[in-house]
Amino acid sequence: MFRNVAELVELADSRKCKISEIMIEQEMEVTGRSREEVFAFMDRNLTVMEEAVERGITEDVKSHSGLTGGDGKLLQAYIKTGKSLSGDLMLDAVSKAMATNEVNAAMGTICATPTAGSAGVVPGTLFALKGKLNPTRDQMIEYLFASGAFGFVVANNASISGAAGGCQAEVGSATGMAAAAIVELAGGTPSQSAEAFAIALKNMLGLVCDPVAGLVEVPCVKRNAMGASNAIVAADMALAGIVSRIPCDEVIDAMYKIGLTMPSALRETAQGGLAATPTGRELEAKIFGIPLNKK
Amino acid sequence: MKYKSVFDIIGPIMIGPSSSHTAGAARIGRVARHLFGRKPDFAKISFYGSFAKTYKGHGTDVAIVGGILDYDTFDTRIVEALTIAKQEGIKVTMTEEDAVTDHPNTARVIIGDSEGQIELVGISIGGGKIEITELNGFELRLSGNHPALLIVHNDKYGAIAGVANILAKHEINIGHMEVSRKEKGKEALMVIEIDQNVDDVITDELSTLPIVQKVVKIHD
Repeated sequence: MFRNVAELVELADSRKCKISEIMIEQEMEVTGRSREEVFAFMDRNLTVMEEAVERGITEDVKSHSGLTGGDGKLLQAYIKTGKSLSGDLMLDAVSKAMATNEVNAAMGTICATPTAGSAGVVPGTLFALKGKLNPTRDQMIEYLFASGAFGFVVANNASISGAAGGCQAEVGSATGMAAAAIVELAGGTPSQSAEAFAIALKNMLGLVCDPVAGLVEVPCVKRNAMGASNAIVAADMALAGIVSRIPCDEVIDAMYKIGLTMPSALRETAQGGLAATPTGRELEAKIFGIPLNKK
Repeated sequence: MKYKSVFDIIGPIMIGPSSSHTAGAARIGRVARHLFGRKPDFAKISFYGSFAKTYKGHGTDVAIVGGILDYDTFDTRIVEALTIAKQEGIKVTMTEEDAVTDHPNTARVIIGDSEGQIELVGISIGGGKIEITELNGFELRLSGNHPALLIVHNDKYGAIAGVANILAKHEINIGHMEVSRKEKGKEALMVIEIDQNVDDVITDELSTLPIVQKVVKIHD
């Protein structure tokens, strides 16, 4: 069993296989399930992701609070105008990441990757890349195993909980996971996946969890948007041969330690950051009738 | 390692909006329901830390009640759980506690009826994964890493041997085990972490032991 990214990369290199293969085999070993069963289980998760993206970019999704919904769809319409500055693939990923989180905020059905609040980044990037890289269904499933391998390391060595480690632990982890999986899908090496993860997470370090009114909406939906774009850029950088000066495992450790020193007000308590801005408080008051902290 | 499966990371499939505050809460509620073993008449839920501050926004309230109604994380009825609980005659009360707990996402759940009640403390550690830290006043160290059996039994000789014999017969390996009691000769609790999920046949057989009051399994 791999305990960190260095071991994961070493295993894949020595076996001359993909990161996803190491994760699949470990899952088979730990659970005693067959390859077919493990694939079928992940296939089900992929289907849920696909349905959430589809729903988010075609239906008029609106959350109960009214704070979020419809932005994924707006961006799709904008892409169609042909005027996008950052590129169609980039915006498609951003749109699909937001779509997933909008469905999540509306209490729709999603697959946590690694959490619900950060569920948009991995599927958003995958379904955007689908058009360019034309992966098979199995390759799409492998994408989820590759991202899961990195998430597995983060969850066991640091945290994937916003209440414990801030948004860096959620969207930060998801962004790194997506970056690493993109590299694999695009034909990069296991160590390039690790570099992509490190580059992506480094740029999410310190990100606090400050949801307005305690809802997984503002700023969560747009943080997934930026996570998706960050992941694609980090993957491109790694595929170009750029390496992180700080090794991947040390970046994960830094994220963990930053989380430990983060005040409670900035860890999913809706007490600080954007939640505590005048507008954040106003929205909170409007949604709940009275501000939560004055009850 | 707290997380052992890739599906702890890519998963669960769930109703939004939060894996820790919605899916985790549903799972805590469901463990309580399974431990109680039947539909309760009342549920008293106390939220601590981040749960207390944000439970309304995250749907933690509907999710935990959904769990008490025996709904899984992806059951869309969770959204309507408070209404359904009311229709089914379950009196639900919720309180926000100020006390600082070890983990930011902590809930205390008491469910019961005129026949009895159970009380547990659950924490939601991220990505939908939970741990139970207290049951009926017994402190637990249920890691949540493995499937587990919780067995409430009489504090009397032969209890451990009886349970272990049945598990051995079915070739179930015990990975970790703890026995605790409140008072000598009274109610005691066995927490057994095992390597695989067990069938109802085994839990039914364990329930037939005269010394055993209740058997609950917690699956992965």
